[in-house]
Amino acid sequence: MNLTLKVWRQKGPQDKGRMVTYRVEDVSPDMSFLEMLDVLNERLILEGDDPIAFDHDCREGICGMCGMVINGVAHGEQVATTTCQLHMRHFEDDAVITIEPWRAAPFPVVKDLVVDRSAFDRIIQAGGFISVPAGSAPDAHSVPVKKVDADAAFDAATCIGCGACVAACPNGSASLFTAAKITHLSLLPQGQPERDSRARAMVEQMDAEGFGGCTNTGECTAVCPKGIPLDTIAQMNRDYLRASK
Amino acid sequence: MNKHYTEGEPIRDTKAPAGPIEERWEKRKFSAKLVNPANKRKMHVIVVGTGLAGGSAAATLGELGYNVTSFCYQDSPRRAHSIAAQGGINAAKNYRGDGDSIYRLFYDTVKGGDFRARESNVYRLAQVSVNIIDQAVAQGVPFAREYGGLLDTRSFGGAQVSRTFYARGQTGQQLLLGAYQALERQIAAGTVKMNTRHEMLDVIVSDGRARGVIVRDMVTGEIERHLADAVVLATGGYGNVFFLSTNAKGCNTTAIWRAHRRGAMFANPCYTQIHPTCIPVSGDYQSKLTLMSESLRNDGRVWVPVKAGDTRPASEIPEEERDYYLERIYPAFGNLVPRDIASRAAKNVCDEGRGVGPGGLGVYLDFADAIRRLGREAVEKKYGNLFEMYERITGEDPYSQPMRIYPAVHYTMGGLWVDYDLQSTIPGLFVVGEANFSDHGANRLGASALMQGLADGYFVLPTTIGDYLANGPYGEVDDGAVAEAEAAVQSKIERLLSVNGTRTADSYHRELGKLMWDYCGMERTEESLRKALERIPELREEFWQNVKVSGTADELNQALERAGRVADFFDLAELMCIDALHRTESCGGHFRAESQDADGEALRDDENFAYVAAWEYGEQGPVLHKEALEYEYVKMSQRSYK
Repeated sequence: MNLTLKVWRQKGPQDKGRMVTYRVEDVSPDMSFLEMLDVLNERLILEGDDPIAFDHDCREGICGMCGMVINGVAHGEQVATTTCQLHMRHFEDDAVITIEPWRAAPFPVVKDLVVDRSAFDRIIQAGGFISVPAGSAPDAHSVPVKKVDADAAFDAATCIGCGACVAACPNGSASLFTAAKITHLSLLPQGQPERDSRARAMVEQMDAEGFGGCTNTGECTAVCPKGIPLDTIAQMNRDYLRASK
Repeated sequence: MNKHYTEGEPIRDTKAPAGPIEERWEKRKFSAKLVNPANKRKMHVIVVGTGLAGGSAAATLGELGYNVTSFCYQDSPRRAHSIAAQGGINAAKNYRGDGDSIYRLFYDTVKGGDFRARESNVYRLAQVSVNIIDQAVAQGVPFAREYGGLLDTRSFGGAQVSRTFYARGQTGQQLLLGAYQALERQIAAGTVKMNTRHEMLDVIVSDGRARGVIVRDMVTGEIERHLADAVVLATGGYGNVFFLSTNAKGCNTTAIWRAHRRGAMFANPCYTQIHPTCIPVSGDYQSKLTLMSESLRNDGRVWVPVKAGDTRPASEIPEEERDYYLERIYPAFGNLVPRDIASRAAKNVCDEGRGVGPGGLGVYLDFADAIRRLGREAVEKKYGNLFEMYERITGEDPYSQPMRIYPAVHYTMGGLWVDYDLQSTIPGLFVVGEANFSDHGANRLGASALMQGLADGYFVLPTTIGDYLANGPYGEVDDGAVAEAEAAVQSKIERLLSVNGTRTADSYHRELGKLMWDYCGMERTEESLRKALERIPELREEFWQNVKVSGTADELNQALERAGRVADFFDLAELMCIDALHRTESCGGHFRAESQDADGEALRDDENFAYVAAWEYGEQGPVLHKEALEYEYVKMSQRSYK
């Protein structure tokens, strides 16, 4: 396959940035999207140019490090797929592909397609945990958990923190990310003692970071590579209201 | 004959307490000095890496009140590669009542490691395993549960009991997020200072003790010095020396290699684990390999056509023309033989020309029977996410046609040598998780990596490092040592940027990786290793003369990051081959073709090789120190899974 890429290039946070066009030839349909960019970057390095900076690590869809807006869609158009798991067989020969970073004020661009998502860590710091120092835990079977609750908690807990939800949301809201963690922990008996303080602190931190509010658009769950359900946001709102009483 | 190395004094003391094995860890915990709570906050510990071992260690040290600084190269500590572990975590809970016990987990691990691990360490690991499950459940890790509300378990390779706890196919993710959340809690509490997008490039050794690290801020390029009372490396394994592996792209050996250069011995570098169930390579551009959890072997059946060169699609090959070779050769364990055995068996059938898929480098992993027996829905529940992943990568539907799998480099049992306290040969430098060599011998059993990482981080290190710190303080750090380490880092970066040659670091890395796979991979021979030892220095020389790194040092420069890592992989690759060449026996993941029995199984040489090979760095070549392995409890025997 031969492709035309239009890629966002930005030297650093202060640079204004611009789209740059590249031609990539002899792309195999079995390549992953990132492997296609690797090939381009190898060429750029040899030409003495700066390779396109992008975040990636596990390349198996679980670390949450990669993320690009591809043809206007966070992680591209394949459903439930991270950028690293997207393969070139889903593109037409001679296609023009635009590649941009996540765009949201709380995710400032570091360079090219790399953004700063440390706001997510700070939301977790606010309360996304159960306080249990190492060595203090009772026997694992001392508290049974209903299978349906454990399964639903797991579904919410599969969030990889990639930030696609924020990138896709017209409001730049981090509600799906925050709600996934609140839901995961509030469905489990172990999460009950801190349930109220957790919901309050995490929601307040999310707002303090400058993320927008949720208006139930649902773009977040549509692009989420792990399919975190939208009703986690309802759970978050319920817990927040409960905590605010 | 060029031996490539010299031999030094043996290692006589590993600091494990004497006495009955079940009392040793209790004894050590009691003998370890305690640090007064008021003094803990004055003690500074650096932890490098935030995977299961590093994340849990930093969190726990923070909980105890130490002043901790943590580093990771990713943009968040939540992304370390432990996150990709799929199958599960072993623990000797015996919740099933199927005859499991701490002793049995200990026994299975020593045997699975092909009698090349220390009994004392492994016993402690089995003891602590039960606490890990308790800890994780209390943190809210959503393990799979039965309808009665209790934890579910499954079987894994190398064991005949069901002791593997799991969270669908994402156990590593859930355990890591548990450790990450505990870590973030400490960051909020101010006990841990987190530095993301920082790469460790050297250890500061002052007055013979590890007292800090030199790191590079990967965004600004600034070289920073951080001082401490002790340093913990939790920087993972070195499987990426093969370029293609199931490791994350960023995984590298630089932290442990730099520590090795500064005096930490490197143990058993040739022990690498080749995982039997990975998605086969599809082309030259391939950047990494993807593992399919070993848990698939619970229900999937491995086979190849009976006839060599059979190119019919799987669906057209009748039952009697299929060879379920693992079930045939190993009737007792069948598809659940340990990883090293399953991998080599796959290589053997492919060498016979019976491999399937492009290039004949693949075997089938077939779920047709399981789908018939359990129904598609049940299979989907158990393995749904793995099947989806397979389909995304290959474009094939594993529900209607068997998966194609092939072995790939997955884990490295070797690593920095540590004593019973997890302390390296540099006092004050502790090493946890995959970065050390301690518990898996020559072959790691499935679902034991998560167990070891968390055992080290939550339970072992916090005790033993306290003893070291209580024996301090260790005085002022020598300015000269800091300046020297910093200058060494600067000069390496400048050198890489100044070559301005004609090949990228990645292209050298690919060539090195292929060489290692061909000559020091699943099967090693004296001839292949000698070839590798000839070729590696030539290639390294060429790298330093001809590598091209674009950009500058004072910016985010991913080409520079990669080049620095590749440079260290060259040196490590050489040591791996020297180790593999000197160990003329086969054991676990190290298969020397010259040492096999009549059935082609690995043949150990206990008389000459029942030791840990700990290598000291030397300007004139490495120096071998042997630590003899003694088995008081598990009788050494040839492993049999038949």
